[in-house]
Amino acid sequence: MKNGNNSIEYVDASGKRRDGRTVDETRPIKIKVGVVERSNGSALVEWGANKAIAAVYGPREVIPRHKANPYKAIVRFYYRMAPFSVPEHKNPRPGRREIEISKVCSEALERAVLTHKFPNSQIDVYVTILDSDAGTRITALTAASVALAAAGIPMKDLVAGVAVGRAGGKIIVDLNKEEEDAPDAVDLPVAFLPALDEVVLLQQDGPMTPGEWKEALELGKKASLKVYELQRNALREAYEAPKDSGPRDAGYVGEVQ
Amino acid sequence: MIEDALWELKKSFVQDALKKGKRVDERSSDEYRPLEVTTGVYHHAEGSSIVRLGKTVVAAGVKMEVEKPYPDTPNQGGISVNVEMSPLSSPTFEAGPPDESTVELARVVDRGIRESKIIDLESLCITPGEAAWTVFADVATLNYDGNLFDACSLAVLSALLTSRIPRLEEGAVVRGEYSGSLELKGLSTLSTFAKIGDTSVLDPNLDEDRALDARLSVAVNGKGEICALQKGGLGAFTSREALEIVSERSRQAAKHLQSVLEKQVLTA
Repeated sequence: MKNGNNSIEYVDASGKRRDGRTVDETRPIKIKVGVVERSNGSALVEWGANKAIAAVYGPREVIPRHKANPYKAIVRFYYRMAPFSVPEHKNPRPGRREIEISKVCSEALERAVLTHKFPNSQIDVYVTILDSDAGTRITALTAASVALAAAGIPMKDLVAGVAVGRAGGKIIVDLNKEEEDAPDAVDLPVAFLPALDEVVLLQQDGPMTPGEWKEALELGKKASLKVYELQRNALREAYEAPKDSGPRDAGYVGEVQ
Repeated sequence: MIEDALWELKKSFVQDALKKGKRVDERSSDEYRPLEVTTGVYHHAEGSSIVRLGKTVVAAGVKMEVEKPYPDTPNQGGISVNVEMSPLSSPTFEAGPPDESTVELARVVDRGIRESKIIDLESLCITPGEAAWTVFADVATLNYDGNLFDACSLAVLSALLTSRIPRLEEGAVVRGEYSGSLELKGLSTLSTFAKIGDTSVLDPNLDEDRALDARLSVAVNGKGEICALQKGGLGAFTSREALEIVSERSRQAAKHLQSVLEKQVLTA
């Protein structure tokens, strides 16, 4: 929906965006580990006005059984939007958009997980978007990655990402709804395994010059590293040993530096 | 499987405790778990809530849309209550289209609100025969630890109680702007009793939910009238038990819930 106004100045002369952010600044991000008591691992991410809750179940038996892989675990990520999370009531049934997002995010997460350790099993990651304001798939992926780590699933690295893009001719990170609706808007969600410098999720809607694209990737990588730091801090906070006891195993996350 | 065997053991644990007049979590037979309601949590929703009943957690949101009234009720809007038993909230819930227990849960929660007539459908009419509000109340379960019925119903009511009516401009909804509050005519809560062996207890926790032979959910309004009922499960209640639950125990339970809502939602 590009119904934005051509006369809006998305980045002013001093480099400030309409919500006061600089071009390379994300909205405030809060991550809380351990929010679904019955899951094996869970996380809540508040990213600007986006709210995503993620829970992990598994490794567990594959259902139906013929889908099992004798060499590795299957990672399944389910992205769903609550009917009240968007301006107009959303049909509770998952649509094509949710199914596509689920697929690409499953693939990004599976790359991070040491799947060969769990043959014939599946690891389910469920995310529900409870409130939205542009950038929900990255919010979901951020939560999912932390939830996997919290579940003690061995991983090569966390998945950290951001949506970069363009509004009003300027390359900016973490577009809000107004910026996403700019007439020339481009949306480019990207996610990395930062420690390995691997790109595990990459999508784009809208045209860009090669020069803009390079700039976008660089900004995206820098912002993703900040997200990565927040993810690691949240996990550390949740699992840090109390001062009077010995050191506690924080899981596999800390191994990849 | 090992999990099923474990449930069988837990079931006899729950049953044995009740034979000695005790519940596994030490509650008395007609005692709710601690209830905590937070409202105004999601910015796109007209009204929203998070309900914690013990360790059961559910979230609800209300959206209002303009629709054409049904030809046989041109002066009325509509309400639609739906519950998703999200696979996020329990290792035993599966992704996919709603199964029969989800449909039952959603319909019982819907009837509790609808049949208490706390929403005046005629007040939702905008232009007779042309346009009326449909109120969508949706619940997402976030952690299943027993008795989703009462938790979901409380979440829907709390979201409705704090809902605003979107502003209209030339018949179209202006998103994010409001013209007033949704008016409710009183309260309606659901109280669920689980029959296990020869005993029935209020607000079954997860172990009790799994061990129950039969379940009875009673919707009671602010005047103490019984507005909707649902019996579920393969077991049965004697008529004396049913009478006690419906005419006495459920009304006491409703009083408790409604006084909590008064404190946590209406005067918050």
